[in-house]
Amino acid sequence: MTLLAPKAPPVVAEALTTRTIRTGTPDPGPRVRSVRMKVLFNVLAAIVFVCAVFPVYWMINLSFTPGDQIIRRDQSLIPREPTFVNYITAWNRPAAPGQNDFAGALQTSLIVVAIVVVCALFVAFLASIALARFRFVGRRTFIVAVLIVQMIPGEAMIFTVYNLIDDLSLMNTVWGLSLVHIAAVIPFTIWTLRGFVAGVPAELEEAAQIDGCSKQGAFWRVTFPLLAPGLVSTGIFAFMLSWNEFAMALLLMKDQNLTLPTWLNSFQSATEATNYGAVLAGSTLICIPVVVFFLIVQGRMTGGLVSGAVKG
Amino acid sequence: MTTTTTAPRLSWEERERRRTRRDAVTSWTLLAPSIILILLMVGYPAIQMIWQSFTDYQVRHKIQGTTPEFVGFDNYVKIITRSDFPEVVVRTVGIMLVTTTLIMLLGVLVALLMTKIGRGMRITVSVGLLLAWAIPPLTASVVWGFIFDTQYGVVNWALNSITGTQEWHNHSWLLNPWTFFLVLTIIVVWGAIPFVAFTTYAALGQVPAERIEAAEIDGAGGWARWWNITFPAVRPVLAGLLILQIIWNMKLFTQVYALQSRGGIASETNVLPVYLFRQGIGEFGATSAIGMLIVLIMLALSWFNLRQMLKEEDE
Repeated sequence: MTLLAPKAPPVVAEALTTRTIRTGTPDPGPRVRSVRMKVLFNVLAAIVFVCAVFPVYWMINLSFTPGDQIIRRDQSLIPREPTFVNYITAWNRPAAPGQNDFAGALQTSLIVVAIVVVCALFVAFLASIALARFRFVGRRTFIVAVLIVQMIPGEAMIFTVYNLIDDLSLMNTVWGLSLVHIAAVIPFTIWTLRGFVAGVPAELEEAAQIDGCSKQGAFWRVTFPLLAPGLVSTGIFAFMLSWNEFAMALLLMKDQNLTLPTWLNSFQSATEATNYGAVLAGSTLICIPVVVFFLIVQGRMTGGLVSGAVKG
Repeated sequence: MTTTTTAPRLSWEERERRRTRRDAVTSWTLLAPSIILILLMVGYPAIQMIWQSFTDYQVRHKIQGTTPEFVGFDNYVKIITRSDFPEVVVRTVGIMLVTTTLIMLLGVLVALLMTKIGRGMRITVSVGLLLAWAIPPLTASVVWGFIFDTQYGVVNWALNSITGTQEWHNHSWLLNPWTFFLVLTIIVVWGAIPFVAFTTYAALGQVPAERIEAAEIDGAGGWARWWNITFPAVRPVLAGLLILQIIWNMKLFTQVYALQSRGGIASETNVLPVYLFRQGIGEFGATSAIGMLIVLIMLALSWFNLRQMLKEEDE
């Protein structure tokens, strides 16, 4: 950096030099300038941090602020008269008359998410073994089909899918919504898990077989434990898609069967201008599991795009 | 001598042939659940959509169990010529272009910034970005909606404080389509930058440090190093990110829908998926035709991506 400072072209460096000229002080030299750059970068980083965090902070701040304090003309950075009353209201009050409360929506969401994660992982896991471990006629066709299916925007088919769920008599049931979510995640899960299975060398399994393991035993004892991280990552992906999915839940789920996003939507429309705090308390509660999972998998989220892409 | 060599070779070929067949049976058995699921939940609705888009299928046909009539390209002609569909397409593409450009530009800048700061600061920024990334789209829209709230929003309050007036009190950001799109862009860009920044940052870490050092010794400035060494190295990753962003930003639903229900005028702020959703249940023929047009637009946009992935698969 010191070596390069005289040639460093970014606008920032130029601005600093102009300032030194304007103030009349002699050029402070590369070292001082590099220190100034460091300060500038840290200030920019702080701005990025504040911009990223502010909405989250504001949501939490207002969720602890009593309703009558939120609708004051002046704003406060920390909750005035902090209270849990918003959380209690959000938890217990029906989104709208005849609809479920947060606890009910949480239950529906958890059931849907559990079905989606278990089924999607199981189905995709079987497919990924076939694709990564066997060579057979039609393999490429299947891969192309999966890729094309992934390209088809589910958003375009909402009403035909609605009709299908209706024909299957699964309207307004957790099974109907789960089916839609499973179908939405399955191409991605197959694609990702296939990469993980292919990443475990077949030689490991063969070595275990030579040592006297059966083919299946070798798979379950050698390969499967190595796949755990892949299963966790894809499982969390499926979890988040299902947890956050809004459009189809809005179309399929009614009254007592709202999922969390549709509950929040309904709760917001119903309590418009009357209970900001409770809506934001509900929002905060919805975020918690997702944030926890993000913290668990943070390192792996970008892996798929990057691994090998730069050097290859 | 010849017999002893041919006999085992034949049996080896036979064994190999049987093994291939057994592998094929095992493979297709393993694939069966996926195939059934995809055929039922994607294949069948897709065929239904193609067929219905050429008919006058309505909810009354469904209730009465009557067969709809074949109407040829009527639905398509109606949508393209008479309705507000072309306007929605232009709006969707416009919003996609603006959000994608901002996300890529700011995302890469944040990633570069992360390489320039100390460890402690980098972890702080990472945690902040991770939080922004983790917030579900609907929750993000609700929170940003409150921040830009007409009466009690912190933005209006801040503008009042800065200008020293009360002019911004009761200023609605969502009523005017242009400021509606401004708020929408902020929500989408805020939520998408972390993914781009983290991925680019990870890619930057894989650029061989020796190459950069060598260029440094040869006297290449920061700009020259970026264009000649760093950028070409991370270009595949950036291309992948760009395609993903284009696809995702064409399919915005949650944020637009949530902002509309907070006070936007739907007819002036619709983007493709929301436009389709707002057609409602009833005119299945017309909604199928709209769906078909969306699929065609999206497939055209992702065609390049598909070819790229197939090429990688063949290598």
